[in-house]
Amino acid sequence: MSDRGQARTRSGVPIKPVYGPGDVRGAPPPPGEFPFTRGIHRDMYLGKPWTMRQYAGFGTPEETNQRFRYLLEQGQTGLSLALDLPTQLGLDADDEQALGEVGKVGVSICSLRDLETVFQGIPLDRISTSMTINATAAALLAMYEAVATGQQVPRNRVSGTVQNDLLKEFGARGAWLFPIQPSMRLCVDIIQDCVDRLPRFNPISIASHYRDAGANPAEEMAYTLSSGIAYVEACLARGMDVEAFAPRLSFFFYTYTNFFEEVAKYRAGRRIWARLMKERFGAKSPAAQMLRAACVCGGHSLTRAEPLNNIARVTLEAFAVTCSGLQSVFTAAYDEAFAIPTEQSARTSLRVQQILAEETEVAKTVDPLGGSYFVEALTDEMEAAIQRVMDEVAAQGGMVRALERGWVQQAISRRAYEWEQAVASGEQKVVGVNVARGDAPEEPELQAASQEAAERKVRELKALRAARSGESVRRALDGVRRAAAGGENLMPPIREAVQAYATVGEVARAMEDVFGRYSPPTRF
Amino acid sequence: MKIRVLIAKAGLDGHDRGAKVIAAALRDAGMEVVYTGLRAKVGAVAEAAVQEDVDVIGLSILSGAHLAICERLMEELRARGAEGIPVVVGGIVPAADRARLRELGVLAVFGPESPLPEVVRAVRALAEGDRSREIPMADEQQGVGA
Repeated sequence: MSDRGQARTRSGVPIKPVYGPGDVRGAPPPPGEFPFTRGIHRDMYLGKPWTMRQYAGFGTPEETNQRFRYLLEQGQTGLSLALDLPTQLGLDADDEQALGEVGKVGVSICSLRDLETVFQGIPLDRISTSMTINATAAALLAMYEAVATGQQVPRNRVSGTVQNDLLKEFGARGAWLFPIQPSMRLCVDIIQDCVDRLPRFNPISIASHYRDAGANPAEEMAYTLSSGIAYVEACLARGMDVEAFAPRLSFFFYTYTNFFEEVAKYRAGRRIWARLMKERFGAKSPAAQMLRAACVCGGHSLTRAEPLNNIARVTLEAFAVTCSGLQSVFTAAYDEAFAIPTEQSARTSLRVQQILAEETEVAKTVDPLGGSYFVEALTDEMEAAIQRVMDEVAAQGGMVRALERGWVQQAISRRAYEWEQAVASGEQKVVGVNVARGDAPEEPELQAASQEAAERKVRELKALRAARSGESVRRALDGVRRAAAGGENLMPPIREAVQAYATVGEVARAMEDVFGRYSPPTRF
Repeated sequence: MKIRVLIAKAGLDGHDRGAKVIAAALRDAGMEVVYTGLRAKVGAVAEAAVQEDVDVIGLSILSGAHLAICERLMEELRARGAEGIPVVVGGIVPAADRARLRELGVLAVFGPESPLPEVVRAVRALAEGDRSREIPMADEQQGVGA
């Protein structure tokens, strides 16, 4: 880009050739103090290193259990469950629409029995699990609690996260099911249930898939924090206490190779969120003002060309987020643009984090880049850039309205197209793709797709439906329908249903009977 | 006559960044583009292709369900006597599956880094009935790296 004059970050913030004391407004308060620019805790990784949490899951529950055990043996410190698309969309494995998708992008979970198998021999009182589940989050949360209960884990020690952020499904990720309003209601039901019953479970991870769909870093943070505002408002409208629910909100972001801008993005995001919570929503406790965040390193930043280069990319990205003080990190595997990871590629991406933690100084001091003229100045600039986009969203009537209108979706698609055009013209350089390019395409050895998952799941479902009490299931699903039609929290009847071995598909259908289905605007 | 293209997201995959970018690029290249939106049923894709009288079908699949979906699409097209409409696929397709897609009658496969001009050129050639040269299959393209 330098041949076009002024260098800019991916959010369009100008980059000066050199920064000095005049570019910095003064030192931000120490880590652990409002507005948490330098980190949410005083001792950060000195007290507790970030959680190394690799997204994993494919094929059958048995295959996923094996991969989980492997990752834990290799030193991973948390689990992250990848679910296949039928599970994410409330379709059982034998549904016509599940054709070709069972066990592909994650594990197929139809009933409680499957989740019991996934966590067999894994002590849920010591390991926390994040589940990337949204439209059917309620059913998976209820199952997870039931698995933990089956392991004699007391409720107050069940820990983990359900993503449960439907707004970004409408905006970017596409795994929606119900219309926006009932989706928001269900989401708040889950938050309320966790606040009341599961003190160590994060009921939502407000996620930034807008980035992977095309948004620039400032837009990514702005759309995600604007979603956060929508959830806070929905919880307040439910009559919940901000001091009780705000500390339970968690976030999830994407990190690419634009190292310094990523660091500035996280520092600025924490500052904006803390001010919002304090000034606009009256949150008094630090816990209610902190932006706690997990992240993925990888996604669209990884290339199919020369896949081993992706190890370097993910390393840079993970270094950026650990310099930024995030709480949990997922480093994607170098073969992500080909298939789900092999054991070897999954291990290598975990090793990236272990090298950072053990061989560099990043975990030995808090906010190691704090005070850098460039980083402090860029943090201020990013704060302004993020705030500008948040103001635009507010002018659209907030995130829910902006998504209903398709405004966010269009803005993101436009950015994605601009990016591809910039890559095509060579203005945006991508190593191995349009610069420093090798001659021959390379494909690493890939994880084979699970052949047996689909057939086996269909067989098992049939056996399950024959073995369980049809009467209990029917009664429980009626309860789900009644709660959906009325106003009471959906979690108790959903718990009853999954404990009776109702399937994810059956629970989803019961709700769909009442809520109907979302119909998206399809513009490009 | 403008070239007419159907961009389809069949299956359950919700990642439509690529589909929308390709749709925009084809539109800017002067083509008429119809986009199905997410989770179109395979039968509905074939039906739309016939109803909209398209010259090319572009199928976007990133979830690994490409073989099952393409098999079904070809059946649905044959059932409508529309097997002559060229089908191209974009998404995450391992090299090993490409031969099978070719057998099924898919004429080109594009990947995450297929350059936009290449995709536009291939779609135009197929729409104009130019099958005289083989359209390259993604990673086979020299230096493109998919």
